[in-house]
Amino acid sequence: MFEFDFTLRNVMLGAALLGVSSGVLGSFALLRQQSLLGDALAHAALPGVCLGFLLTGSREPLPIFVGALLSGALAAGFTMLLTSRSRLKTDAALGASLSIFFAFGLVLLTFIQSRSGSGQAGLEAFLFGQAAAIVPSDVRLMAVVAVAALLTVALLWKEFKLLTFDPQFAASLGFPRLPLELLLTSILAFAIVIGLQLVGVVLMAAIIIAPAAAARQWSDSLGQMVGLAALFGALAGVSGALLSASGRGLATGPLIIIAASLIALASLLFAPERGLIASAYRARGARRELEQQRVLLDMYGLAQQHSDPSYPSESGMLRALYGGSPEAQLRRLEAAGLAEHTTHVPGEGTHYRLTEAGWARAEAALNSLGHHA
Amino acid sequence: MPQPTPRHEPNLALHIEDLTVAYNDKPVLWDIDINVPPGVLAAIIGPNGAGKSTLIKAVLGLLKPSAGHIYLHGEPYAKQRRRVGYVPQRSSVDWDFPTTALDVVTMGLYGQLGWLRRPGRAARTKALSALEQVGMADYAERQISQLSGGQQQRVFLARALVQDAQVYFMDEPMAGVDATTERVIIGLLKKLREQGKTVIVVHHDLQTVATYFDFLLLLNVRLIAQGKTSEVYTAENLRAAYGGQIALLQTAQIPQTPPTVAETV
Repeated sequence: MFEFDFTLRNVMLGAALLGVSSGVLGSFALLRQQSLLGDALAHAALPGVCLGFLLTGSREPLPIFVGALLSGALAAGFTMLLTSRSRLKTDAALGASLSIFFAFGLVLLTFIQSRSGSGQAGLEAFLFGQAAAIVPSDVRLMAVVAVAALLTVALLWKEFKLLTFDPQFAASLGFPRLPLELLLTSILAFAIVIGLQLVGVVLMAAIIIAPAAAARQWSDSLGQMVGLAALFGALAGVSGALLSASGRGLATGPLIIIAASLIALASLLFAPERGLIASAYRARGARRELEQQRVLLDMYGLAQQHSDPSYPSESGMLRALYGGSPEAQLRRLEAAGLAEHTTHVPGEGTHYRLTEAGWARAEAALNSLGHHA
Repeated sequence: MPQPTPRHEPNLALHIEDLTVAYNDKPVLWDIDINVPPGVLAAIIGPNGAGKSTLIKAVLGLLKPSAGHIYLHGEPYAKQRRRVGYVPQRSSVDWDFPTTALDVVTMGLYGQLGWLRRPGRAARTKALSALEQVGMADYAERQISQLSGGQQQRVFLARALVQDAQVYFMDEPMAGVDATTERVIIGLLKKLREQGKTVIVVHHDLQTVATYFDFLLLLNVRLIAQGKTSEVYTAENLRAAYGGQIALLQTAQIPQTPPTVAETV
C-alpha cells in the first residue's frame, strides 16, 4: 500500500509539473499561432532519447533529457532553415521536420530493441509514456527543468509578450527577434522533456495546446490566461494520475490527455464570452430582436397609413406583411408592454395595437436606421 | 587612440545612399538615394509592390539591405533607436491577442525600459495621456479585439507617441480608417511637425497627399522623385511612378508642370 501511494505521489507531482509548464509555454505557442511547433518538437525528441540511451547505455533521465532537448532544438532549427531558405510555409516545414525526425527516431528505436542482451531498454515507453516507471530522481529533474522554464518566462515576461503580439515592433525597439524566438522555442522543449516519461512523444501536442486553448476562452488578459492555463494543465495532470491509479490497466498518459481535452472542450462550449453556447445564445437573441422589431415596424407603418396611432392591426394582415407567423413576436411585444391585443369587430381574428411605449420604440428604431418619422 | 566616428550628414533627419534591398534575388528597392530634412511631414507614395513598406523596414533594421547605408540625424539606426518611433501596418498583428488598449500603448515604452524592467505607474500615466491625445482615453481598459479598425489604428499611434521620438515612421496609418480617425491622425501628425519632429508616412491616397504632406518621396522600386510637395507633385512624376494606373486619377487636379518659383511664393 505504501509503495502504491509513493508511486502515485511521484506521478502526481510529475504530472502537475508537466501541466503547469506546458500550460504556460503552450499559451505563448498558441498565441504565436505555432501550436504545431509543440507537436514537432515532441516527435523530434525521439531520436535524441534513443541517442542518449545509445551513448550512455542506460535509461538515466539526464542523458535522455539532454538528447531530447538537442534533437528538438535541431528540428526547430531545421524548420526555421526550411521556412527562410525555401518557399515552404511554416506548417509544411513543421510537418516535414516532424516526420523526418520521428522516422529517424523509430529507426533507432527498433535498432536498439533488436540488439540482443539489452533487456533493460524499454524505450518504447517514451512513445506513449509509462508513468509507473517514474522514480523520485526523475521527479527532481522534472522540477529543476520546470523551474528553469518558468523562471525564464517570469524574467522575460515583457519581452515575450511583445515578441508574441508584435514581433516587428519588438525588433524595432532593439529586442533581438531571432534569439528571443529561439529561447521561447527552447523552453517549450523544456516542457516537452518533462512530459516524455508521462505522456510520451506522440500525445504531447495535446497537453501543450489544450490547457492554453481552454484558458484563452475564459480570459482577455495574457497574465490571467497564462495563470489559468497552468492551473488547467496541473488539474489535467493530477486528475489523469488519480484516475489511472483508481483502476487497473488504465494508462496515465492518455488519461492526462483526455482530461486536458475535456477541459478544453468544456471551455470551448461554456465560456461566458467566447464560448459556442454563449455566442449561439447571443445570435438567437439578436435574431429575435430583429424579428420583433420588424413586426413592430409593420404595425407602426399600418397605423401611420391610417393616421391612427392606436390603429388595431389584424393578426392575419400582419402575417401577410411578415411572411411567416408573427404570433410569437406579437406575444413577446405584448409581454414587453409595446403592444396590446384588442377586439375590433366580433367574429374577426385577433387585433393588436401599439401602446404608447411601442409607438415610441418604433420611432426610435426608425431614427436609428436613419429614417426620420 | 580610437577616434569617435564622425557623424554622417547630421543635418538630415533621414539620409539614405545607394540602398538596394532584395527578396530572393529579386530587387524590391534599387539604388535608392533619399535625403529628408528635419521638421517635415513626408509621404512615401508609389504603386503596390513599389517597396514602400520595405523602405521603412530597411530603415528600422527589420531587414538587411544588400547594399547601401542609412543614417538618421547623422547616426545609424542602432544608435538612434530611442529617437525613432514606429507605427507598423495595423494588419501586421493579431488583434485577438488577450490584452487591453492601455497595455498595447505601454509597449511603446518597452525600449526605454530596457531588459527585464517592468512598466510601472509612470509608464501607465504616459500611456494614458497618449491615449487621451488620440481621443481614446475612454477605451483604455477595452479589450483590443473589441475596438474598430480606426480605434485600433489610434491605439498604434498612441503607442508611437509614448516613444517620444524625433523621427517617426508610419506604415499606412490612414488605410481603411473612418473619417473621424483620419482627422485625428492628420491633426496629430501636424502637431508633431509643429514640435519640430520629422514624420515619414506611407500613404496610399493620392487625392489627399498634396493637402496633408509638405514633402514627398515617389517610389517605384527606384526613387522617382523627392522634394517639396509643391515641386515634385506633378503629373509627369506621378505617371513615372504609377505608369498606366495614373488614368484612375483626376489628372486635372494635378499640375502638369512644376509651378514656377513666382507661383509658389
